[in-house]
Amino acid sequence: MNDIDIRKVVQEELNNIAPEVDMASVDPAADLRETLDIDSMDFLNFVTAIHHRLGVEIPEIDYPKLVTLDGAVAYIAAHLGSSKN
Amino acid sequence: MPSLGADMEAGTLVEWLVKAGDRVKRGDVVAVVETQKGAIEIEIFEAGKIEQLLVDLNTKVPVGTPLARIQTELEGPPGAVAAAPPPAVPAAPLAAPPLVRAPVAPPSPPPVAPGAEARARISPAARRLAEAHGIDLSTVTGSGPAGAITYADVERRFGEITAPSEKKRALGLDLDAMRTAIAAAMARSKREIPHYYLEHQVDVTACEQWLTRTNAARPPDDRLLIGALAIKSVALAARRFPAFNGFYRDGKFEPASAVHIGVAIAIRGGGLAAPALHEADRITVDELMARMRDLVQRTRAGRIRSSEISDPTITVTSLGERGVETLYGIIYPPQVAIVGFGKIVTRPWVIDGAIGPRSVVTITLSADHRVSDGHAGALFLAEIGRLLQEPDKL
Repeated sequence: MNDIDIRKVVQEELNNIAPEVDMASVDPAADLRETLDIDSMDFLNFVTAIHHRLGVEIPEIDYPKLVTLDGAVAYIAAHLGSSKN
Repeated sequence: MPSLGADMEAGTLVEWLVKAGDRVKRGDVVAVVETQKGAIEIEIFEAGKIEQLLVDLNTKVPVGTPLARIQTELEGPPGAVAAAPPPAVPAAPLAAPPLVRAPVAPPSPPPVAPGAEARARISPAARRLAEAHGIDLSTVTGSGPAGAITYADVERRFGEITAPSEKKRALGLDLDAMRTAIAAAMARSKREIPHYYLEHQVDVTACEQWLTRTNAARPPDDRLLIGALAIKSVALAARRFPAFNGFYRDGKFEPASAVHIGVAIAIRGGGLAAPALHEADRITVDELMARMRDLVQRTRAGRIRSSEISDPTITVTSLGERGVETLYGIIYPPQVAIVGFGKIVTRPWVIDGAIGPRSVVTITLSADHRVSDGHAGALFLAEIGRLLQEPDKL
């Protein structure tokens, strides 16, 4: 799975939370919590969905690394396959 | 047709999940009703066998109209049962069909309320798809027989909504109607309830540390949020302070025997609902968290159950991590209290004579002066703060 595929999955899952947002227009370096108006429950659901789809288990301590679209893609790419799951 | 809020006068039956002859038990979802608050799943409050469905699909009927006749397990002759307890509906054997008493419902042909004729038919699959994607059915053009909305129509509409050029609006809930319902409830509250307000700053560092430790070993599915601890602490405190848990009706306060926390949930695009998390004082924090996730998800998808609308005995509202430090809640009538949690902030705090950084949250109480006074409110609020010092015991 390459970065483009990962980005697609991330965008899909974020769109499930914020269906009205055009993900293509989201600044990949912007804070997703602000840009998409997502709360802690939304973010937990996002992390859960990524775990289910890609097997990457994101510990809470790493949440700050995933607050931007670019950050999330980079984090998942780095941990894909190396996860225990 | 159950009353799903003080301001509700009528509802439209949009889906039957049972048919004549089906056996049902208490709590089963038997129908879906569309109201100002969105689609509500109607639960049945009697066990037995469905004798007859009395209201046709897509029919708008006033609150109190029996929706179905059910033969209960104890009695032989069928009784008329509305699928909710609050509105008084004859439980006696059915002599005169209650439908006759309903002003808009002639005995036959099937009653049709004004406006219902204009409502397009929709296939169950299409409705489910629309709900799954939060599509407002009034925005879907039907291409089926007699303008019926098909699965393909909903798919097409979903494509339009998600297209970049579409405006920001993608929920199945009618947010304008929801705003009207909120306005009616809040205006009534401000008109009738003499509020008093208290606030209390609480060190929740212990909660944060406990959550960090607990969640570190858990997969995302099982992780907890601090909101679950907040709800549990309020539920336990409400059990000890019954003057904040119940309903003010007909000029007097009725304390509730159970604690059902209304969880204020923000809806994208500008809406708010506070459905009940039942018996929050009696379940573990893990169970509470799982139920809260389910409740938030269903509420945002527009699938609240009837009991969740009518049951809350006290409300908890939380601004989350990006809001402000303090909020002053407005009581949702006929409840008598609402507890608000602001954003958690790091503040200098004195512990054992030394100053250090701690995570602090401002908790507020808005309560009904007809039922309690500031003194009792202060003890209630302090109890919540005390409970939050020992998160492992919640």
